[in-house]
Amino acid sequence: MLKDITLGQYFPGNSPVHKLDPRTKLVMLIVYIIALFSAVSWISYGLCFVFLILVVAISRIPPKSLLRGMKPMIFILVFTGMLNLFFYAEGTVLLSFWGITVTTGGIIRAFFMVMRILMLVSATFMLTYTTSPIALTDGLEALLSPLKKLHLPVHELSMMMCIALRFIPTLIEETDKIISAQKARGADFESGKLMEKVKALVPILVPLFISAFRRADELATAMECRCYQGGEGRTKMKQMHYCGRDFCAFGVGAVLLAAVIALSVFGL
Amino acid sequence: MTPIIQVEDLQYIYSGGTPWEHTALNGVSFSIQRGEFVGIIGHTGSGKSTLIQQLNGLLKPTGGKVLLDGVDIWKDKATTRQARFRVGLVFQYPEYQLFEETVYKDIAFGPKNMRLSEQEIDRRVREAAGFVGLTEKQLLSSPFDLSGGQKRRVAIAGVIAMEPEVLILDEPAAGLDPEGREEILKNIEDYRKAKNATVIMVSHSMNDVARLTDRLLVMNGSKLAMDGTPDEVFARAEELLRMGLDIPDVTRVFLELKKLGLDVPAVYTTEQAAKALLRLKEGK
Repeated sequence: MLKDITLGQYFPGNSPVHKLDPRTKLVMLIVYIIALFSAVSWISYGLCFVFLILVVAISRIPPKSLLRGMKPMIFILVFTGMLNLFFYAEGTVLLSFWGITVTTGGIIRAFFMVMRILMLVSATFMLTYTTSPIALTDGLEALLSPLKKLHLPVHELSMMMCIALRFIPTLIEETDKIISAQKARGADFESGKLMEKVKALVPILVPLFISAFRRADELATAMECRCYQGGEGRTKMKQMHYCGRDFCAFGVGAVLLAAVIALSVFGL
Repeated sequence: MTPIIQVEDLQYIYSGGTPWEHTALNGVSFSIQRGEFVGIIGHTGSGKSTLIQQLNGLLKPTGGKVLLDGVDIWKDKATTRQARFRVGLVFQYPEYQLFEETVYKDIAFGPKNMRLSEQEIDRRVREAAGFVGLTEKQLLSSPFDLSGGQKRRVAIAGVIAMEPEVLILDEPAAGLDPEGREEILKNIEDYRKAKNATVIMVSHSMNDVARLTDRLLVMNGSKLAMDGTPDEVFARAEELLRMGLDIPDVTRVFLELKKLGLDVPAVYTTEQAAKALLRLKEGK
């Protein structure tokens, strides 16, 4: 049951989006987020939406898996929508009850807000769906490398992130195993009051933490045995190079951002 | 007599309806009588682990039935829960599931979930500890201070304390030194004799299953490939080897002897081998 989590899963593929340099994709995501938050009108939102659709289409990621990833977001989406719908008063009043008014302005604003979150999350998913965790951390390390001048342990941070991502499936499998074993001894995780349910987690969490620490220890030993000593002088198996499609992507990103900002400056 | 466990046309599919769909069990049927010592062998991925998780209701079959003492364990919620207590399952490397502060408390986890009285829990914990040879002093120590072999025994005691009628163990001796192996296997046999319990043991060690079990189930490609006494199963040694399985060391030696032209029977334990060799010697 835990295996159904699709959050941040990587879908291997061979599309131009997959082949983009991870640094490009990271920068594009930031550009996209800035554009999204500068957007104020139908036209600029429309531009952002079209851009997202294009990326999804080119990447050949089934839209279904994007939607499935949205499931955990439903609560936040509904909450944001409601808040904007009921407590934003502008334009003509359509409905009014218990001191709450629904206005045309509120409806439009709620729609914008929900769309903004949806597009934001989809864009982030597009990054993780099309980029392997290792490429992603490599890209992040490269982008953050100027911070090394400030003595920030950039390589170590990206190595930690890489290891954390690598161990998510392993820990999920481990959790499944422990749950089964405790169930076999009659542990009950479904019924009972809240306090009992929290207490029932102890037999899962303690073995899980112990095994996580054990694994960390073993991994550290294994890395040391292979002479790992941090980022100093370490070379990469996969060198990153910008090529034609990266410049293409940057171009499109720049146009999108410029258009959205120009539109909001002129108040369109 | 009603068999204690009866499996009818069992089928199990992982992640049905998705691209990751995978059939782990396909048309498996067998029945096990009270007091039998059954070994399950099969190479990795043959469905052994899935099969044993069906027997105590941890996994729900996607087809077929599992009957415990003639009653479907999925009849209702209470029956399923009861099945977990009546069929004790010890997973592979069970020492990684210990969590309590003391060995005593960890062994008491199962009986406590059965909502037994304090006295009954105490009796069961002490008895289970006795079966696996844990001392009074060890009962009060932290399970994390014990050695690997001792932790394993605590984990097995935790299941034995529920006094299951059927005890299922997934490779109980894996990763232990020869002495530790012998002890654990002896503990299991002791429990079986004392409680007239049924034991089902998954193992990769053909020597162990040949020596201990009354009956062998051979899993291959999510199907039950063979079901018979060790005699019958190891008589088909070549088939086993073709499935990528091992055969007991003595059986292998005797097969080689036969190839060299000696007139020897098929054997699977050292006792049989000794007898056969003596007979051969006297005959000459």
